[in-house]
Amino acid sequence: MELDPILLSRLQFAFTVSFHIIFPSFTIGLAAWITTLEGIWLATGNDRFHLIARFWTKVFAVSFAMGVVSGIVMSYEFGTNWSRYSEVVGNVVAPLIGYEVLTAFFLEATFLGLMLFGWNKVPPWLHFLACLAVAVGTTLSAFWILSANSWMQMPAGHEVRNGIAFPVDWLKIIFNPTFPTRLGHMVVAAYITTAFVVFAVGARWLLQDKVVEEARIMIRMGLGLLIVLVPLQGFLGDASGLNTLEHQPVKVAAMEAHWGGPDDTKGPIPWVVFAWPNEAQERNDFQIAIPYVGSLILTHTLDGTIKGLKEFPPQDRPPVAIPFFTFRIMIAMWGIMMLTILTGAVLWLRGRLFQRGLFLRIASYLWPLGFIAVLAGWYTTEVGRQPWVATGLLRTEDAMSPVTGHAVLTSLLLFILVYGIVFTAGGYYISRLLKIGPVPEGDGSDDATALRPLSAAQDAGRKAIQAGE
Amino acid sequence: MDSLWFTYYLPLIWALLIGTAIVLYVLLDGFDLGMGILFPHTKDEGERDQMMNSVAPFWDGNETWLILGGGGLWVAFPKAYAVIMPGVYLPIIFMLLSLVFRGVAFEFRFVSKPDHRKWDVAFAAGSTLAAFFQGVVLGAVVYQLPVENGAFAGGPLAWLHPFSIMCGIGMVAGYALLGCGWLMMRTEGPLARKAQGWALPLLGVLLAFIAAVSIWTPLVIPRIADRWFSLPQFYYLLAVPVLTALVAFSAYRGIRANRGAQTFFSTVGLFLLCFLGLAVSVFPYLVPASVTIWEAAAAPESQLFVLLGTIPLLPIILIYTGFIYWTFRGRLKPGEGYH
Repeated sequence: MELDPILLSRLQFAFTVSFHIIFPSFTIGLAAWITTLEGIWLATGNDRFHLIARFWTKVFAVSFAMGVVSGIVMSYEFGTNWSRYSEVVGNVVAPLIGYEVLTAFFLEATFLGLMLFGWNKVPPWLHFLACLAVAVGTTLSAFWILSANSWMQMPAGHEVRNGIAFPVDWLKIIFNPTFPTRLGHMVVAAYITTAFVVFAVGARWLLQDKVVEEARIMIRMGLGLLIVLVPLQGFLGDASGLNTLEHQPVKVAAMEAHWGGPDDTKGPIPWVVFAWPNEAQERNDFQIAIPYVGSLILTHTLDGTIKGLKEFPPQDRPPVAIPFFTFRIMIAMWGIMMLTILTGAVLWLRGRLFQRGLFLRIASYLWPLGFIAVLAGWYTTEVGRQPWVATGLLRTEDAMSPVTGHAVLTSLLLFILVYGIVFTAGGYYISRLLKIGPVPEGDGSDDATALRPLSAAQDAGRKAIQAGE
Repeated sequence: MDSLWFTYYLPLIWALLIGTAIVLYVLLDGFDLGMGILFPHTKDEGERDQMMNSVAPFWDGNETWLILGGGGLWVAFPKAYAVIMPGVYLPIIFMLLSLVFRGVAFEFRFVSKPDHRKWDVAFAAGSTLAAFFQGVVLGAVVYQLPVENGAFAGGPLAWLHPFSIMCGIGMVAGYALLGCGWLMMRTEGPLARKAQGWALPLLGVLLAFIAAVSIWTPLVIPRIADRWFSLPQFYYLLAVPVLTALVAFSAYRGIRANRGAQTFFSTVGLFLLCFLGLAVSVFPYLVPASVTIWEAAAAPESQLFVLLGTIPLLPIILIYTGFIYWTFRGRLKPGEGYH
């Protein structure tokens, strides 16, 4: 059987990067949240903030470890599977990754040691600075990787000589046209992801009457941040969409499953709620659409229009179904988030936020919202970039390494097996940590084992076992 | 950008920088991978905890040098990166997956107590296999990968031969010896004594490996024989084996006298001399016999752009790394952690 190394490499990259992005999405916000908690603790002396900070540091340690190990894989996959890509855009993209390593990776990985093990080794202000260094590191990492990714979406500041990209203007390369909106969109997405986890866990602890005061702080801080960031994300997402429409119109056409064509060049265009994009016949089956709303969203007018898929040659179009559906999933997640914060805000105003009712019960299950939205958003933008790996410069099919399908199939199966085991275990350990919650200092268990970040989970596990679970 | 400075010296500076990153990686991550390699040799739970605790605050920072090595190769020499990585596809993937297992084992092992046997295995096997495949990759590259028209032109198993396997075993022995030096230097109690006992046979294996590589490579690769044995450079290069013998003796004395620091840093010296010997053998190639430092170089403006950042950033990284090592200094007693 002939195995297609390109398809397999694409599957492998999609698989490994999907697993990877889950962790940075969470740890970028978590590092900032822990730093904030410790700052409040230092400023007010309120030990509850210290307790919450120490607890989430343990969750951070497990998540960060999984982010690191899955991230190292990414930095080598460019070469192992996409060596032509490495060569063609290396002059331009590799320096951005180089700066990510130098400014971000070392900072976060090195100060992590102090953050996890330095609680009683250095003065609190220094520990606070270590947390801050880790938080700054995670954010700088987002800066550089988003810059590199955005450059691939819409290359700028370079020239092509003999098929190889050469840098011309580094500022234009780093701050390429789609970068600022995408960076804002992603960083806010990461904060929202973390805030929903914090909020949901707080709700759960409150419902279980566990560390109630800490749970209230978490609900207030989580929901408070979400009330600001979720609407803001609406604007940033809109800006990102308009930016994409300007620079990658075919991607937006695919996201909206808008075929257009010679007889359909005028607005207004409807917004397709559901359809089954039929690429062979260049139309949508089973379409349900709301008139005018497409124009409103995409052009901010009632009768504007955008280029349809048919206006682009078939070989330059991305697959339609994936960006179409994943975009809708992302929007749906945002809708649920908006509903949640509106309800939460009303209850808060009426002083009923902490009532143990339906709202908190539902909220306690909402922790995955951010993760789903982030993954769906990335699928939209990455699949929507196809058939290019660097738009207009290099097609994905031309970016491949000279490796055989059998080698890639072997590695893909191994990745599925290993990630399946490792990340299932990690998810289980994190959920066990969250189930038990923080253990107030002074009962001994925290001190005896605080050497290891997961020692609390270990104690928690023992207690869970003793409790007959 | 056409002056000699940009086209000749800039790539040389980058070759030195990447060499430095790889050496720092091997030295820093070497001892903590060594911890995993030595792990199965004690059954004592307390000693295993002590081994892990002694490296826990450092391993993540240490491993970042591996990203700098790989990322730096891409930054400065994209053509070499694009030839080598597909050429050693499977061993690189095996190494990465091994690192996944041992990296998470640091965290998972303690969570799952008392039911943590599987993470003991993951830590030991992951560390050992990661070390082994790093050696295999090095061996495969030195032994020459099949290259045509500036691209890798071999099969998925082109890396698999007795020489690369031998390099894998040598790397495992070397990292384990670094780990012994670390334990002798940084821990107290029975574990430090055990490490002293493990060190001597490991030094024997490492020296046998160094001797084998020194005989094997010139015999098989005429280019390397010319480099070492033609006059007059033979006389200068003689310093490398002579120094190696002296440092090996120092390592031996360190082990016999139970001097941890001497053992550790002599082993570091052995690694440095091996890399020096390797550099002498392969220079000016990055992909031996096919792509030179200058052929593989990125655009001078790209090399310069990152170099300008590296000049201030690298010392800063070294300073805060040193600060973390200083914070967690001193010997770790049995049952003790950084607390």
